[in-house]
Amino acid sequence: MEIAVTVNGQLRRADVEPRTLLVYLLRETFGLTGTHVGCDTTHCGACTVLLDEVPVKSCTVLAVQADGSSVMTVEGLETDGRLHPLQSAFSDHHGLQCGYCTPGMLMAAWALLRETPHPQPAEIRRALSGNLCRCTGYQNIVEAVADAAQRMAQEVG
Amino acid sequence: MALELSEPRPLGKPIRRKEDARLIRGQGRYLDDIVLPGMLHLALVRSPYAHARIRRIDVQRAAALPGVHLVLTGQDLAAAGLAWMPTLAGDRQMVLAVDKVLFQYQEVAAVVAESRALAEDAAALVEVDYEPLPAVVDPYRALEPGSPILREDRDPPSNRIFHWEAGDRAATEAALARSAVVVRETVRMPRVHPAPLEPCGCIADYQRATGRLTWYVTSQAPHAHRTVLAMVAGIPEHKIRVVSPDVGGGFGNKVPVFPGYVAAIVAAMRLNRPVKWVETRTENLTSTNFARDYHMTVEIGADADGKVTALKVSTIADHGAFDAAADPTRFPAGLFSIVTGSYDFPVAFAEVDGVYTNKAPGGVAYRCSFRVTEASFLIERAMQSLALRLGMDPVALRLKNFIPPEKFPYHSPLGWTYDSGNYRATLERAMERIGYAALRQEQAERRARGELMGIGVSTFTEIVGAGPSHTFDILGIKMFDSCELRVHPTGKVLARLGTRHQGQGHETTFAQVIAEELGLTADDVLVEEGDTDTAPYGLGTYASRSTPTAGAAAAVAARRVRDKARRIAAHLLEVAEDDVEWDGTRFHPAGTPARGVTMAEVALAAYTNPPPGMEPGLEGTVYYDPPNLTFPNGAYLCVVDIDKGTSQVHVRRFVAVDDCGTVINPMVVEGQIHGGLTEGFAIAFLQEIAFDEQGNCLAPNFMEYLVPTAVETPQWETDRTVTPSPHHPIGAKGVGESPNVGSPAAFVNAVIDALAPLGVTHLDIPLYPWKIWEVLHERGVAE
Amino acid sequence: MFPAPFGYVRAESLDEALAVLAREGPGAKILAGGQSLLPMMKLRIAEPALLVDIHRLPALTGWQETAEGLTLGAVVRHSQLERAEALQEFYPLLGRTARWIADPLVRNRGTVAGSLAHADPAGDWGAALLALGASVTLRSLTRTRELPLDAFLVDIFTTALEPDEVLTAIRIPKPAGRPFGTYLKLERKVGDFAVVGVAVNVVLDARHTVVEAGIGLAGVGPRALRAPAAEAALIGHPLESGGIREAAALAAEAADPVSDRRGSRAYKRNVVRVFVERGLKALADESRPEVGVTA
Repeated sequence: MEIAVTVNGQLRRADVEPRTLLVYLLRETFGLTGTHVGCDTTHCGACTVLLDEVPVKSCTVLAVQADGSSVMTVEGLETDGRLHPLQSAFSDHHGLQCGYCTPGMLMAAWALLRETPHPQPAEIRRALSGNLCRCTGYQNIVEAVADAAQRMAQEVG
Repeated sequence: MALELSEPRPLGKPIRRKEDARLIRGQGRYLDDIVLPGMLHLALVRSPYAHARIRRIDVQRAAALPGVHLVLTGQDLAAAGLAWMPTLAGDRQMVLAVDKVLFQYQEVAAVVAESRALAEDAAALVEVDYEPLPAVVDPYRALEPGSPILREDRDPPSNRIFHWEAGDRAATEAALARSAVVVRETVRMPRVHPAPLEPCGCIADYQRATGRLTWYVTSQAPHAHRTVLAMVAGIPEHKIRVVSPDVGGGFGNKVPVFPGYVAAIVAAMRLNRPVKWVETRTENLTSTNFARDYHMTVEIGADADGKVTALKVSTIADHGAFDAAADPTRFPAGLFSIVTGSYDFPVAFAEVDGVYTNKAPGGVAYRCSFRVTEASFLIERAMQSLALRLGMDPVALRLKNFIPPEKFPYHSPLGWTYDSGNYRATLERAMERIGYAALRQEQAERRARGELMGIGVSTFTEIVGAGPSHTFDILGIKMFDSCELRVHPTGKVLARLGTRHQGQGHETTFAQVIAEELGLTADDVLVEEGDTDTAPYGLGTYASRSTPTAGAAAAVAARRVRDKARRIAAHLLEVAEDDVEWDGTRFHPAGTPARGVTMAEVALAAYTNPPPGMEPGLEGTVYYDPPNLTFPNGAYLCVVDIDKGTSQVHVRRFVAVDDCGTVINPMVVEGQIHGGLTEGFAIAFLQEIAFDEQGNCLAPNFMEYLVPTAVETPQWETDRTVTPSPHHPIGAKGVGESPNVGSPAAFVNAVIDALAPLGVTHLDIPLYPWKIWEVLHERGVAE
Repeated sequence: MFPAPFGYVRAESLDEALAVLAREGPGAKILAGGQSLLPMMKLRIAEPALLVDIHRLPALTGWQETAEGLTLGAVVRHSQLERAEALQEFYPLLGRTARWIADPLVRNRGTVAGSLAHADPAGDWGAALLALGASVTLRSLTRTRELPLDAFLVDIFTTALEPDEVLTAIRIPKPAGRPFGTYLKLERKVGDFAVVGVAVNVVLDARHTVVEAGIGLAGVGPRALRAPAAEAALIGHPLESGGIREAAALAAEAADPVSDRRGSRAYKRNVVRVFVERGLKALADESRPEVGVTA
């Protein structure tokens, strides 16, 4: 099936089997390998992307379902070579170790901050509870997201 | 907050990780991100039965599917002598099953096709006719006379793999017989799985024209993998290049060689095209290497005052269908003999029997230095039981029995020489942080109101950094590790090591070690690992061995470079070598600090203006054979509250004070502690790879194998004491595994402490709420 | 990890979807949010020949609130109800249940109707919507029928839905007074199905007498269950501790759990009792007039 998806602001077309999962459209057809696969039962969230600005598990969306939609992946977070405050904060607070869950975490956190600009730690933990991390124990991720929220508030000023 | 990479004198500082720059942008390159021209995909056909004879395999329908290039069975491999492969533990394992299967999800056939989806389609078309056999699931039953013999290939036929023991059985039994108090407990550490977020996988790229195999693989030990491969496949070792790209977590899962790897390599060689195999999460949890599964019985003796007298441990170790542990050759039960822990036992004895069952193979060290978690859990649980029997505060019991600082180096009754430690200081720091006395007071008040609050303690000692060549090898290869260090003419450094990080931050921490020795910044030092064509030989990253071995190699290599640099500096400064002083960033003549040269200036001279008669260049290579292991330790205190209605446990506080010697990067160390505590929490409360009576795996995916999310994970409080290792070049010990080794007992001891007034001394993990409820219900105290 | 091959139709209208179902028979399956169906297809537990995608049909999105009650379209997602502040006044239980479904990412995609049609006995919506006295609208090309949810839910993963039917709407009657509702869930971790889930919903009149009561249970039977005796015990009385305890005990009797790796039958029954009691107590506290401290 022919589909057209706006990925990180660029309109892209592809011819896919109906069974192609969105995550493989991104990784294999479009070469955007920042979005990862960590399980086969919709639990881990390593594949989290924004579909029309809503974070979803791209392993559990068919590529054909994204036809006509916009998708943002970790590769779309930087603007004009400037890191998103979340990206900087993850590094500043050591919110990543092996890095495999990181893109999904960043996308879920992005959506949280858009809806809740000043989240409490418990709200951050809840918002990230669809994303598993095996390395960090989450604590530094929570700190990073809280700090990014502050930085974004200052930027808006 | 992280400090920048340009920070001078970086050792001991929270330097920003170099790895982050690519990983936060989604620019890591993990195995599955790699695509080679003409690459095909492999899927495995797996057994639905735990134990069955294979009557017939029909691959015709699968082979006929358009887009399928190859179907492999065990018979095909047998013809090439590859139906079996050696395990790192000295056993052997079927690559693709011949004649019979020995565990559910065992690899039976491999299909190679144009796409992964197509390979899965074809795998579903392979028809296998099985004759089910009775499964042996319980390891105790496996040892009973008359139990079916699982491994018919073994001689003599027996389900017992090995018997191992350490210590003095007779003296221990005699001491127990004389003891005023003896506590006996049976403690099970169930089968769990490391489950790194990235599953295992490989791409085999074989070029028939040159006979060269490039093998990309999720590997914690690429050099060992190359050597094993040379042995298994008969490919000359110099024609094998193993590349371990960015690795998405390992925790011991990525040490062994798996059947899927061998199948991919055979397929690539047959087809002369690259072949990728990436396991699914289900395959990961069901077939590629579990950990633990230790069934332990402990007897601990003490005099009436609570001074310990003797320790005796007997263990049944369930290794599944093949002994696929990755233990050092002389240690079939790993370093389990650390089981005397932090306590000064006059005498001890430990024995372990390894057993075959119809379960997935393994026995890997999951975030653990070879069975140290099992040992630590056992002794810390036993100390809790002993404290209960004696009516002593568990902290007081520990303070009474700690190996005192003046006894280091301490010779344990099971044969180890502990390098350093100050257990009392570490525990006292933890008690202070958590406010131990006040908590006991609060607990007394809550108990009076009928509430269930518990305080758990674990004061563990680990043994990491395998290991000294006189004792440690894997398949004969000594367990040294290495660093090759080059200083370029402009003073920038390339360092290559034999280890392979999977999130531990070596690119940063080893750069810090080297930069500190050379007066540079971490930014000046590029650390590379994971490519066997370029990195020096080393045994890899697991068992918290990287810092004790490769980290030591890095420091020593840098010092060798600095020694040469000193001679060049003398030449540049026109003074005698003995008159050159190093102030940490510059060489200068003694007494004249203003007139100095930097390492960058010396480096340039090494290539442009070396002293007469001196070989040009500035390099150092070290293969570091550690004189001893290192013994990190810690004191963990945990506070829990139990809901009497649902029996859910709430971890209210957890204080972890770790002593890992000299700290290279406190931010990275703290991150390691957080991660390990979280995995320990999961093991205590959530995780078990369980089986039913037919040997069906009951936790084959993340729906049933429970990985905690940010919501369940407690907030961790960390602190440290520093007792440097006297034999490590910078005094560092390993730390990545301490929290996973030390914490499970702290959680369980807290729950038992809460239930102790009800007469409860033990519950098996994972501590699901229903297990606690059954106790509360029986005692009539459930809501 | 990869579903078996299947055909795909993106329906442009409900009638088109119904026509495809009528034509294709049981091999065709409706795809809405896909959060239950796609995971099963990835594991090849389900291998439908054709998926009929309705997830963007305007006729099935959103909800209508009328004097009679609330009608949820078939593709209302969990997260929409989680955030629907406008529904809190008359349907507080919906938002308090939605936040317990799976995890936040799955909630952004999965639908309430899809969960009901999946009929996992541990699914949260079955319990909550039973407590609200909901009914469902089932449409095929040739007929439309409305079933009480209690009749729709048949057995484990089994509903009254015929292969040619689509669950197009969920109807919830408007409460006859001031409603209070909450959901309590025992899960092993976020993302788990309920070990035990309990929905409690009461409607009070001006004198704080219970005029309607709904108690739904998840995870303790072959399908979501109601606890009618417990509900009856509450009606006509103020919400206070004696009645609450009685209702809790009756609800526990209505539960019919099995012993498994998540706990014994006795344990699960006890959790039902504890949750009903705690839930109703919380509602009683909420319903009490604010005792203001005036200066």
